[in-house]
Amino acid sequence: MNKTLNQKAWYFVIPVFALVAFNAVVPLMTVVNYSFQETFGSNVFQWEGTRWFKEILHSERFHASLGRQFIFTFIILLIQLPLGIAIALTMPKKGWGVPVCLILMSMPLLIPWNVVGAMWNIFALPDIGFLGNSLNSLGFDYNFTQQSGDAWFTTILMDVWHWTSLVVLLSYAGLNSIQPAYYQAAEIDGASRWDVFRYIELPKMKKVLTLAILLRFMDSFMIYTEPFVLTGGGPGNATNFLSLDLVKMALGQFDLGPAAAMSLIYFLIVLLMCWVFYSLMMKDEGRT
Amino acid sequence: MKKIKWAVPTLYIIFLMLPIYWLLNMSFKSTTEIINVYSLWPQDFTLDNYKTIFTDSTWYMGYVNSITYTVFNTLISVSAALPAAYAFSRYKFLGDKHLFFWLLTNRMAPPAVFALPFFQFYSSVNLFDTHIAIALSHCLFNIPLAVWILEGFMSAVPKELDETAYVDGYSFPKFFFKIFIPTIAAGIGITMFFCFMFSWVELLLAKTLTATIAKPIAAIMTRTSSTSGYELGLLAAAGSLTILPGAVVIYFVRNYIAKGFAMGRV
Repeated sequence: MNKTLNQKAWYFVIPVFALVAFNAVVPLMTVVNYSFQETFGSNVFQWEGTRWFKEILHSERFHASLGRQFIFTFIILLIQLPLGIAIALTMPKKGWGVPVCLILMSMPLLIPWNVVGAMWNIFALPDIGFLGNSLNSLGFDYNFTQQSGDAWFTTILMDVWHWTSLVVLLSYAGLNSIQPAYYQAAEIDGASRWDVFRYIELPKMKKVLTLAILLRFMDSFMIYTEPFVLTGGGPGNATNFLSLDLVKMALGQFDLGPAAAMSLIYFLIVLLMCWVFYSLMMKDEGRT
Repeated sequence: MKKIKWAVPTLYIIFLMLPIYWLLNMSFKSTTEIINVYSLWPQDFTLDNYKTIFTDSTWYMGYVNSITYTVFNTLISVSAALPAAYAFSRYKFLGDKHLFFWLLTNRMAPPAVFALPFFQFYSSVNLFDTHIAIALSHCLFNIPLAVWILEGFMSAVPKELDETAYVDGYSFPKFFFKIFIPTIAAGIGITMFFCFMFSWVELLLAKTLTATIAKPIAAIMTRTSSTSGYELGLLAAAGSLTILPGAVVIYFVRNYIAKGFAMGRV
């Protein structure tokens, strides 16, 4: 769409700008402020320069939780995107099945995150949980509170349960926007099912998939509440993701300086990754 | 082929429903039964857990609090995002692209980063432990999302609609409220759904910004479970009830979801 140049459009943006700036600017500046100082409580601060940043960037602990975070997010995207697209492709397109699927599939998205964690905790407990009990009676030695492999498996399964529907809903939206004429044309040309997917459906879903990838990347990279309730980062540090580690440092040990430095590094990583995704995918839209 | 096609969503839905069923199953058991007996359905069916929640005001006020700030937040986010999304979809202006990306960056800020400064900031402006504080703080991630979704829907409406309306003598406000908003009603429905969803499920900020008066139900659950040992039955009942508002909202927007998603530009 060709847009007209109109500086008065700023008036329309002011409420949004004010509300977001109110929330973003002061707290972010507080974090920046802490990140350069040492605090001894009761508002005594001492300038530390870039010491915390250097410390964090060289700390084993940060590398470990960052590594875990990247692996987790990578696995999540690898499972949820193909699965979400596959489910959207096989969903009914009309009839009573549509509302039933949409309503049931949206359910996990609207459950508070700590309830999701608690629900999966009691679902996966090896003695009284359905999942844990079933796996154990099938002969697997499953205990997510003691074995790190099981803890990973449970956390990933929980996230797949929780968020795949978002990818499904967005993909379904993209698929529904395709005019029947495209499919008719493909049929006349004798296109295979794969060709239809590759050359018609996938390009048409591009915009919604951008949103899906961005949202899934951001939210899985920032995951906090669900693993906090499910495993608490354990056993040991096995599922100690970035957010969990950060909160432990800030509120548990009250190391505000290092925690603030870590927050900023964390934020910058998310920002950089999203900027790369965003620019790559919006290139054809002529938006960036 | 047809049968296989049905199998994928069906299996997926069964997978989705299993943990929810397990939670419901537990909510109708007493805590002693949960710990001592493993059964696929309640052996000794009881409604005591629900009775406790509906008669104790510290419990049910949690639901009222959560719904209050969620509704506030949805209304604020959508009404602020509407004109902004219109501006982004129709006009070029100084710094528009940068502003758009800056908005999105706030959606990317990990809530864990903001928890402590938010506590200090909202305390210093005397909003600590109020519903409006949570509603405002959730704007941080909901407004960017609302602007993004609405902008997609608005860009799908041809500009000729605006121009025709002006030629017909409509003023801008009259056009915006009488013609434009009804045209993108489905998009607004979807946006409200997403705002409600992200505000309802968020806990970290909501918990950080409240003490007693505005405490969300999700936070009350964590507190109760830690003080009186694991009251698993009660916890399961409270958890089951948090699913209800979401289910109601989905039911109301289900036509919008179908229609809105059919518009295809999210």
